[in-house]
Amino acid sequence: MSALLGLRDVHTHIGPYHILHGVDLEVPEGEVTLLLGRNGAGKTTTLRTLMGLWRASQGQVLFAGEDITSRPTASIARLGIGYVPETMGIFSDLTVAENMTLAARSARRTKDIDSARLEWIFALFPMLKTFWLHPAGLLSGGQKQMLAVARALIEPARLLVIDEPSKGLAPSMVARMIEAFQAVKETRTTLLLVEQNFHFARQLGDHVAVMDNGAIVFKGEMASLIDDSALQQRLLGLSLDAHQ
Amino acid sequence: MPTSKVASRADHALAVAPVDWRPIMLVLVIAVIGLPLVHSPSTWVTLTVAGLAMGLIIFIAAAGLTLIFGLMDVLNFGHGVFVSLGAFVGFSVFGALSSLAQGHDLAQNLAVIAIAILAATLAAALLGWVFERVIIRPVYGAHLKQILITTGGLIIGEELIKVIWGPEQHAFQIPPALGGALIIGDAAIEKYRIFAVAIGLLIYALLWLSLNRTKIGLLVRAGVQDREMVASLGYRIDRLFIGVFVAGSALAGAGGVLWGLYQEVITPGLGARLNVLIFIVIIIGGLGSVGGSFVGALLVGLVANYAGFVAPKVALFSNILLMLLILMWRPRGLYPVARR
Repeated sequence: MSALLGLRDVHTHIGPYHILHGVDLEVPEGEVTLLLGRNGAGKTTTLRTLMGLWRASQGQVLFAGEDITSRPTASIARLGIGYVPETMGIFSDLTVAENMTLAARSARRTKDIDSARLEWIFALFPMLKTFWLHPAGLLSGGQKQMLAVARALIEPARLLVIDEPSKGLAPSMVARMIEAFQAVKETRTTLLLVEQNFHFARQLGDHVAVMDNGAIVFKGEMASLIDDSALQQRLLGLSLDAHQ
Repeated sequence: MPTSKVASRADHALAVAPVDWRPIMLVLVIAVIGLPLVHSPSTWVTLTVAGLAMGLIIFIAAAGLTLIFGLMDVLNFGHGVFVSLGAFVGFSVFGALSSLAQGHDLAQNLAVIAIAILAATLAAALLGWVFERVIIRPVYGAHLKQILITTGGLIIGEELIKVIWGPEQHAFQIPPALGGALIIGDAAIEKYRIFAVAIGLLIYALLWLSLNRTKIGLLVRAGVQDREMVASLGYRIDRLFIGVFVAGSALAGAGGVLWGLYQEVITPGLGARLNVLIFIVIIIGGLGSVGGSFVGALLVGLVANYAGFVAPKVALFSNILLMLLILMWRPRGLYPVARR
């Protein structure tokens, strides 16, 4: 399987701090790649760098063979990359409908949203229909996460980049989210997920990369990591045990 | 489209959010409190209309600035230069079309005001475009530099106005058909103030429709909350900001014409003086909130007029006091924008 996204020797500085130290990562097309690692390992910085929200000071980001390192964020998104940040990026003062209308770039008004796609999303996250005209700021944390993912799905994307989709969610919400991602996975959409919850990660991932101190320290098949508890312990440490 | 009841309701609306009525009620409370303080109902009517007119003109000038701050965190202390430019361009239009401006025909008078506002809007929009490219763009993200360089831009703009129109003050007379007052009972209400209220409400309605019923408006409202996310959804926030900056400058230019006629005299420093009230209004309203600026401007206009009549010495600091009290009640303004 060819790589849809590739990061080659990517370094990122934020102010005086050198955060990413030569990240090399390949995300195979049509499959799910999990980026794991402890807090502060550089996972979020990696996603923000590939989205152009922070600039790589060295190295290349390739999408479908094209160098996107210097492209503005909007232009990167328009290549077909849906992004959900760790903060979810919900527009709290706007309604659920308005959040979705904004994400559907070709829709001038809510009624212009692709109805078949919207129905598919309603099937994944039925609560969106219930709260359609409610201000998004009134949703619970789990509902906001669902809206954030739904927003990334409303435009057909080649790659979905999602930062900690299970963070802070109740177990029932995590289960719902896993079901939703499995449904997305069946559409052969490429997924790059950052997670700290290994229970979540192991149910979805085809491939796994582990970060530490701003670099990738392990790359491989998720199955090989699941089968090797010593490797899990070495790479992910106590944070992994806490989530199993 | 989905055929459910919920989704079909969404066909007709981009925005349905609960309205916080308390700040709006505060405007009514201030007006009611003003009545016993002023004693005379007829004087109260006159002052109230004057306050609303003043507030709505300030709102026109302030609406753009609050969006400029909300979208890009840009502190533009030079906003007043667009007000001054608008007033002087309007003044020149009145001079060039003096036969229309001085006649007693209402249609001709309205036509000359419309032309003056249009010309002021275009001139301020053009200056806004240049201002954004030359002065604002190099200092994105640096508040201290923004304050310094935009204040410099304001001073340079004022000096250029003096070069073109001279340093002296000019009489900017209201056209005859809009001059004078309507006498309703014992109350004398200046016709121009009614006109200014009507124009202010019309511009507010157009702004509300633009922000709440169009995709561009949706983008602006979202950008005020989280510009990074708007970019991540595939929209060029920098281009949106230029558009908002130019539109905000244009509105300030239109406000300059109306403010100049309200004052009936213009000076190159007119915009700089109005700048103080504009900043009070956008802080009271909640930075980034157009609705908040609208309510804040009405409060400022009413308080300034009541205080000016009841206690002229208090009027000197009444708006600062108003801002202080409102920020004690709501530290982020009347309608704080949810920010990332």
